[in-house]
Amino acid sequence: MRANVRFMQGNEAIVEGALYAGLHFYAGYPITPSTEIAEILSERLPMIGGKFVQMEDEIASMCAIIGASLTGFKVMTATSGPGFSLMQEAIGYAIMTEVPSVVVNVQRGGPGTGLPTSVAQGDVMQARWGTHGDHSIIALTASNLQDAFYVTVDAFNLAETFRTPVILLFDEVLAHMREKIVIPQPGDIEVVERLRTSVPEGTNYHPYLVREDGRLPMSDFGGKHRYNVTGLVHDMWGFPSSDPKVAYDLIHHLVDKLEHRADVIARYKEHYTKDAEVLLISYGSSARSALQMVEDRRKRGGKVGLLELQSLWPFPGKTVRKKCVGRSHVLVVEMNMGQICQEVKKVVSEPEQVFLANRFDGVLISPTDILQQLNMIQGKGV
Amino acid sequence: MNTKRIVFSGSGGQGVITAAIILAEAAVIYEGLNSLQTQSYGPEARGGATRADVIISDEPIHYPKVINPDILVCLTQEAYNKYSGIIRPGGLLLTDSHYIKQEWKIDARHVELGMYKAIMSKIGKPIVLNIYMLGTMLGLTGLVSAESSMRVLETKIPVDFLEINKRALEIGLQLADSHNQKHVSSYTQPEA
Repeated sequence: MRANVRFMQGNEAIVEGALYAGLHFYAGYPITPSTEIAEILSERLPMIGGKFVQMEDEIASMCAIIGASLTGFKVMTATSGPGFSLMQEAIGYAIMTEVPSVVVNVQRGGPGTGLPTSVAQGDVMQARWGTHGDHSIIALTASNLQDAFYVTVDAFNLAETFRTPVILLFDEVLAHMREKIVIPQPGDIEVVERLRTSVPEGTNYHPYLVREDGRLPMSDFGGKHRYNVTGLVHDMWGFPSSDPKVAYDLIHHLVDKLEHRADVIARYKEHYTKDAEVLLISYGSSARSALQMVEDRRKRGGKVGLLELQSLWPFPGKTVRKKCVGRSHVLVVEMNMGQICQEVKKVVSEPEQVFLANRFDGVLISPTDILQQLNMIQGKGV
Repeated sequence: MNTKRIVFSGSGGQGVITAAIILAEAAVIYEGLNSLQTQSYGPEARGGATRADVIISDEPIHYPKVINPDILVCLTQEAYNKYSGIIRPGGLLLTDSHYIKQEWKIDARHVELGMYKAIMSKIGKPIVLNIYMLGTMLGLTGLVSAESSMRVLETKIPVDFLEINKRALEIGLQLADSHNQKHVSSYTQPEA
């Protein structure tokens, strides 16, 4: 047996992924169902020379990781719905200042303090539009521990590549379940390191001057160069500006750098989709139930397939549109009142063929729940 | 092997989740099987109804919860009242006569053992009841080998408590053995 076969909890797999990607600084405020991430990192980070700080709240947690990231380290915080709400202002600051950072939101029932120990996927739209103003964001998710590890590494890579906060939108079932995972050896998967400026010390460095390839090399704050960082609209020097041209260009840059690369950022998996007449679309732990239902139907000759989304934002609209062509029905399986379903309806040519199978009562949607919904829309009765 | 679905149920603090983790980890790490463990519990640290689900299979496991368990273990009357109805017909229900009064007949094999009584007379500490129960369940079903679960105990249990946990597992297996000798059962041999 290989030594790197492990049996662990979802939250632990997220930690392993973060450490693999080079996480060095974590600031957070523990909250169910994400607590184990803070608990394990409080032990692991000091062992590798990193820093773990338990903050007074989630606002401070997000601000602390932004500061630490500017000094040149890979950073992360983890929370759940109520804490994610508190982080929104600072997430907007990280978007505006283009600071690479990773925010884990292990979703639980909401709104308010909701159902602390129960599963939900109700923060999909909050991840997209939780902070004010026109902006874009990356949000990734996964349905099993192996993928949770991979997308966590991926989140750090995308954060560094695009200089943006990346939201890891997991859920209680994934975070608390335990299953087999194979931890890759160092070097097995790509880790993107911080792109630092080649501008020498003593020479003018423009922190917000976009390179031809769209990237902005960074300089460790407090190091070789002096520069300004502000949440206000700013010029290439990082100083506040109210020049309409500067504002126009900056907002365009912040949105386009992700939305124009939505295809590159799109992550998804296909299960039995080739000849599927009915296509399920799902993500996170509800995709496990969807896959179970698909395999059960396939054994009985049913032509059902599953498109499992691993990137939710920017919404992989082109992919979804392409995969939905020629299906008799599209059934979106999620644990909210249709947050991704509405996005699917927006991009497909026949939105009236898109239906929703959902639960939002704190219980993981079951394969039977999905089948009943499918039977109903196909007119077969329940 | 076929897919086996197991539910451990009891009250918070009894260690049903720990027992479930040990079983599932033994299956994955030492027996090369797939296993998945989930749990449901309320916000309280102790008390309240707790349930831990384990699925063991040689095939990939997708839906992570157990709807109808092949094997159900109940450590409180509340858990028995709530869950005894979900057992798969022909399955195995394991309860402790100290905690649970049998209320109705079920369409499964019901094994009622004096686990609490035995643990108090042989070890004197009720905290290892969960491991004792795990040993008994393994002795009755052969889901994973005694060696595999023993090896997991060695990595999971703090050194100071390792000895009494190992003893609890052993005498749990013995209790199941003596039960098996009295009752011939299809559960004593693991399937090929």
